[in-house]
Amino acid sequence: MTAVTEQIGRWVAEFSRQEPAGPWIQRLRESAFQRFAEIGFPTTHDEEWRFTNVAAIARTTFRAGSPDKLLCTPGGVEELDPSDAEAHLGHDAAFDRNAFVALNTAFLNHQVSATVLRIPRGMVLEEPIEITYEVAEDVACDPQESAMLAVHPRTLILVGANAQCTIVETYKGTGTYFTNAVTEIVVGDGAVVDHYKIQQEDSRAYHIATMQVQIGRSANFSSHSISLGGALVRNDVNAVLSEGTEATLNGLYIANGTQHIDNHTVIDHAKPHGTSHELYKGILDDQAHAVFNGRIIVRKDAQKTDSKQTNKNLVLSDEAVIDTKPELQILADDVRCTHGATIGQLDAESLFYMQSRGIGKSDARNLLTYAFAQDVVDRVKVQSLRDSLERILFEKFHEHAH
Amino acid sequence: MSLLEIKDLHAKVGEREILRGIDLTINPGEVHAIMGPNGSGKSTLAQVLAGRELYVVTSGEVIYEGQDLLAMSPEDRARAGIFLAFQYPVEIPGVSNMYFLKAALNTVRKSRGIEELDAFDFLSLVKEKMKLMEMDQTLLNRPVNTGFSGGEKKRNEIFQMAVLEPRLAILDETDSGLDIDALRTVAGGVNALRDPERSMIVVTHYQRLLNYIVPDFVHVLSEGRIVKSGGKELALELEESGYSGFEDEEEAVGKV
Ligand SMILES: Nc1ncnc2c1ncn2[C@@H]1O[C@H](COP(=O)(O)OP(=O)(O)O)[C@@H](O)[C@H]1O
Ligand SMILES: [Mg+2]
Repeated sequence: MTAVTEQIGRWVAEFSRQEPAGPWIQRLRESAFQRFAEIGFPTTHDEEWRFTNVAAIARTTFRAGSPDKLLCTPGGVEELDPSDAEAHLGHDAAFDRNAFVALNTAFLNHQVSATVLRIPRGMVLEEPIEITYEVAEDVACDPQESAMLAVHPRTLILVGANAQCTIVETYKGTGTYFTNAVTEIVVGDGAVVDHYKIQQEDSRAYHIATMQVQIGRSANFSSHSISLGGALVRNDVNAVLSEGTEATLNGLYIANGTQHIDNHTVIDHAKPHGTSHELYKGILDDQAHAVFNGRIIVRKDAQKTDSKQTNKNLVLSDEAVIDTKPELQILADDVRCTHGATIGQLDAESLFYMQSRGIGKSDARNLLTYAFAQDVVDRVKVQSLRDSLERILFEKFHEHAH
Repeated sequence: MSLLEIKDLHAKVGEREILRGIDLTINPGEVHAIMGPNGSGKSTLAQVLAGRELYVVTSGEVIYEGQDLLAMSPEDRARAGIFLAFQYPVEIPGVSNMYFLKAALNTVRKSRGIEELDAFDFLSLVKEKMKLMEMDQTLLNRPVNTGFSGGEKKRNEIFQMAVLEPRLAILDETDSGLDIDALRTVAGGVNALRDPERSMIVVTHYQRLLNYIVPDFVHVLSEGRIVKSGGKELALELEESGYSGFEDEEEAVGKV
């Protein structure tokens, strides 16, 4: 048996063991699994996965399970049965070229049904929609089971035209497990959507996630991806813009120990007059490894596109590694696209200035590190989320100091 | 006992020797002006006293309140009462001026065995000192020095000094970039802090500041050495004659 068929073989049993779903979902699962079996897990020979080695996942025998799902929706949000979402579920997040999306789709509605929400057209929500996927310790560490737990959270959010909402997705857990998440968001014309993803998985967990966003005309979408936990993390955020769309992708990743965090983003300016702003910041310590790959596509039609991408990294140790790469594919001529990446250390002069005022060296380092993350935190508009983020960062940098 | 005693201090940056044997003794309550041409080592001396690691002391010693100052970390020096007003105050985006100053004041107080101030008492102290420096209170909520004008930065330094109440204040070209009104205010702030127990080293290129902050002693630094010392009248003399007598030609050509 080749390595690939061996990998697939491990999943076949789990795939065939699951309860059958309704007709179209079962068909979707099967074609997704078929595709997964054809392509197998990516290797570092794959350009998209050059810096992220998923061999540890490919080699492991998993059992399919599900996370606890906590859903908190303000009045007016409709929760749909996934079987009623045939037109959208699996429509945007394509699995033909991504093994992880294929695998997630193959386990659609496994044990816990996919989260499918609709915000009616024109509805303005003051309170955020909160979706939390949590892997409980007793589920991850079941003594009866020898295989590692894999969960495949799936989310679809349909935002009607001119609606306004805030979505907070949180991933957390305790133990050694694999979260393989897919989120699809369809933003209607003229809608305003603010999305937050807080990734706080256990430091032993694997977290692979794709978010696919289809943004309507003159709509405004912003994403804030905060990655704190996980041993091996890969986030793909793919946004497709329409005419006059405004998209903002912000990100913050903080990695220490031997954490590996990879952020891949694709901003696809498919139509004219789109604007995109992207700011990803990373803080790396110890032997951590981070990857940032920001692709910006400006299609032939997409004249008057205005796009700005920035990636800044603060490296606190000699052994931490960052691979950062912009990828511009510009096919239109009347556009403005800028990009820049920096990798730096704490500023010695700033440290000395603080020390010269009596602030101890480790406190000064913490303050400066915290300050580096501040502008991304400041962009978080949900007060309670910003507060908890500030607390998490504060604790994180405090524990670093010792 | 003297407050600060510098003996034959040599310091270098990289391979280059910048301080080449400084001797200086400062007693409690005294104000010493250090003057000298650009590049003579004034800022280096100030930074070495504050503990900047960039400058390596190759020989000599510095005794502060009977202790070996050079063995202390920068933060311990600050806690022991040394304050440096920077020639170029550092911008620190993301850290609010208020948070920064409160953290500084409370560590300094703690090390002196004084109770830490709560938010309310801190604010009233800060407001009083800001008034003294005629500073705009909105600067408190801004990140440290970030986007401040040159004058605002210099005021902010002296404001910090007023809050921290050091025993030895080192002012590095606090006058540069100030117009005459701002200079008066800043000098007023400094003079308000003059005290029989507090000493100051006032580094300046120009005599102008010394009309407002009148020193007890004036020293001329040239090429890393004190080449002349005297009373306040020495500053006036320099105003007349310039530094031409004190720097060799090679150096003079290099510095414009
Ligand atoms: N970090 C540094 N690296 C290299 N040379 C320096 C550095 N700091 C100061 N110098 C040099 O040391 C000399 C003295 O500088 P400085 O102490 O700033 O003089 P002053 O404050 O009297 O103008 C100058 O020639 C300057 O170029
Ligand atoms: Mg200087």
